[in-house]
Amino acid sequence: MLRYSLKRLLSLLISLAVASLVIFLVIEVAPGDPASYMLGMNAQPDTVAALRAELGLDVSKTDRYLAWVTGMLQGDFGTSYTYRTPVSQMIAVRLWVSLPLALYALTLSTLIAFPAGIYAAARRGQAGDVAVMGATQLGVAIPNFWFAMMLVLIFAINLRWFGAGGFAGWEDGLLTGLHSLTLPAIALALPQAAILARVMRSALLDILGEDFMRTARAKGLTRRQTLWRHGLRNALIPVLTIIGLQFSFLLAGAIIIEQVFYLPGLGRLVFQAISSRDLIVVESVVMLLVFAVITVNFLVDLAYAAVDPRLRSRT
Amino acid sequence: MTHLQTRRRVGPALAICASMIAGQALAQDDIIVAMQLEPPHLDPTSAAAGAIDSVLYSNVFEGLTRFMGDGSVVPGLAKTWDISEDGLTYTFHLQDGVTFHDGTVMDAADVKFTLDRARAEDSVNAQKALFAGITDVMVVDPLTVKVTLDKPNGSFLFNMAWGDAVIVAPDSIDDIKQKPVGTGAFKFVEWSAGDKIVIEKNPDYWGTPAILDKATFKFISDPTAAFAAVMAEDVDVFSGFPAPENLPQFEADPRFQVLVGSTEGETILSANNKQAPFDNVKVRQAVAHAIDRQAIIDGAMFGYGTPIGTHFAPHNPAYVDLTGNSAFDPEMSKKLLAEAGLADGFETTLHLPPPSYARRGGEIIAAQLAQVGIKAEIINVEWAQWLETVFRGKNFGLTIVSHTEPMDIGIYARPEYYFQYDNPAFQELMTTLTATTDPDQRTALLKEAQTTIANDYVNGYLFQLAALSVAKAGVQGLWTNAPTQATDLTAVSWDK
Repeated sequence: MLRYSLKRLLSLLISLAVASLVIFLVIEVAPGDPASYMLGMNAQPDTVAALRAELGLDVSKTDRYLAWVTGMLQGDFGTSYTYRTPVSQMIAVRLWVSLPLALYALTLSTLIAFPAGIYAAARRGQAGDVAVMGATQLGVAIPNFWFAMMLVLIFAINLRWFGAGGFAGWEDGLLTGLHSLTLPAIALALPQAAILARVMRSALLDILGEDFMRTARAKGLTRRQTLWRHGLRNALIPVLTIIGLQFSFLLAGAIIIEQVFYLPGLGRLVFQAISSRDLIVVESVVMLLVFAVITVNFLVDLAYAAVDPRLRSRT
Repeated sequence: MTHLQTRRRVGPALAICASMIAGQALAQDDIIVAMQLEPPHLDPTSAAAGAIDSVLYSNVFEGLTRFMGDGSVVPGLAKTWDISEDGLTYTFHLQDGVTFHDGTVMDAADVKFTLDRARAEDSVNAQKALFAGITDVMVVDPLTVKVTLDKPNGSFLFNMAWGDAVIVAPDSIDDIKQKPVGTGAFKFVEWSAGDKIVIEKNPDYWGTPAILDKATFKFISDPTAAFAAVMAEDVDVFSGFPAPENLPQFEADPRFQVLVGSTEGETILSANNKQAPFDNVKVRQAVAHAIDRQAIIDGAMFGYGTPIGTHFAPHNPAYVDLTGNSAFDPEMSKKLLAEAGLADGFETTLHLPPPSYARRGGEIIAAQLAQVGIKAEIINVEWAQWLETVFRGKNFGLTIVSHTEPMDIGIYARPEYYFQYDNPAFQELMTTLTATTDPDQRTALLKEAQTTIANDYVNGYLFQLAALSVAKAGVQGLWTNAPTQATDLTAVSWDK
């Protein structure tokens, strides 16, 4: 188990180092200068030069990269070119929206997908299965931004149960905050739930055909008991993989949903930073997301080992 | 620390508002204003972002002079002024008893600090040219400041009304980007980045106090989300509404009012005057005649916008209607191309920045140009990329952009400016204009300038961008026109 973990950890560190270089190069190569963007069309060249100097943009790319990486290792992400506040502070504030939103959406998605997948697997080929599979097909096909707009139309404009967007903040209590995240969380969760339910169902069906399941039935367990005791646990590996991927997706991929609901989250920050060429913000947020994705995958790898004892001895 | 204090202050305010709504006895005294773009920071004197002025101009910050909603320039922090005979010295007499929001007194030393900072060598003022002619700023006494210019400048008082020329104090300058301290009728309360900016009434304001107690600015960039936020009544006003196609729906709904005014944005099809074949005036004229302005206004802006025939705002008294000069005439256009030796047309690029006037308008223009044989390859770019490639790199054939600065016909006197129009006669005209202070002479010169660039077909002149806002029916006192980027709330109130 230890060797397995160390090996995973090493590959995590290499991935991060490579990612930092790729991110920096890709973003720095894009045309556009943050200082000219800030100063607009009437600025004189000397003014732009003065701002570039003020922002520290007049040093070489290599120096900037090294400064960025060493800074990050010490937990310092630098200062935003446009906002002029520490990037780490900006990210921290945005995480208070994006992280709860991702967790909320993931919880909803799991709560919907597990019962739906198990139900469909248990009633394979029957009307219930067909209905659930039909619904998931629809869930996969619907783009989440369109679904988000429909939610707003129904629940915000017509029924007035929720605001059309914005985030109420956590100051007024957990419920107020969650209330304002509900529509975006549903919009994010349903397509994910559809995928997860399908994976859950097919993983269970694969397991149901296994010899040990027949053995379990033969020793006198009911269908339901075999499903819960032996089937579910063995079906969890592919499901965990998908949940891991989905969490990363929800954290990084909520950009469009954050636009539709004008939530002050990480996605919106990246969106604004890209258009204003606030390179350091883009680089740092993308790096953080890469870090999150890689870490989640690392944790999922460890979780495999917990679920499947065979992986612990295999190195 | 400050954040906590803010919260404590806002808490009771909200409670009071809530009880007022419950009581129905008093008019609402707070407002939620939405706009598309969030300011990058809150210092209007060191960035071009119009979003900064949209929140702070006249509300939080004031200059020596200021723009009114109709575009006129009136006294601001300067009560009166004397101009010397030779037009070189402006002596400003400041309003008495003005304090900044941090309690310090605003006096002549602050004016000197502001102007010197803006024109300094290391200044990062986006409109540094406004201050270029100043040679000296002298404090005469706490309420009098004398500004000396190197040559007479007929638009100096106009220049001092810009958001980039608002008066700031040395004590608060270090934190101004996060915590703006001005002299206006509202003071800054809090900014939660990505979400909202809150300002509240300044009880110590020197002039006519604001009617509202509190205003919250929200930032909604997505046009669909903007529509939903107004429909769900999450916001009271949407200033600069991004989806003109939805306006008829609001107009038909008694809950809302739609404000349609004009801006200072001349939307033009710029041509690279130094690049072949646009270095030939016949080709530029052919392009101008190939364009059907009304089709663009209808198709891209859903009918909102005024056709223009030159680079000048139609609401300005000095405007000359020159649209007939470049009327839609494809046959004429083909004839001109043939005269230029391009009977078979030619290929060029059309760079389009993100706003819908450019992206939607560009599609229509490309189709219209194709009718006369000009194949324009559409290249969609982001603003940062546009600034780099088109504006600084001058690597383009055609592009569409709205020039939103007020009274900016002077850009045609700068041969290095991105469309690279180089006409010594026009440059001479602008020098004369700057030195002229007599209003009638100025008008005559401005008319001549408009005609010159129209006859030279420097660019394709499309339309004046409309100022489109939606508000709840009960809101009154909003600016309809946008002579500068501002959401002046100082006179805004709710119907009783």
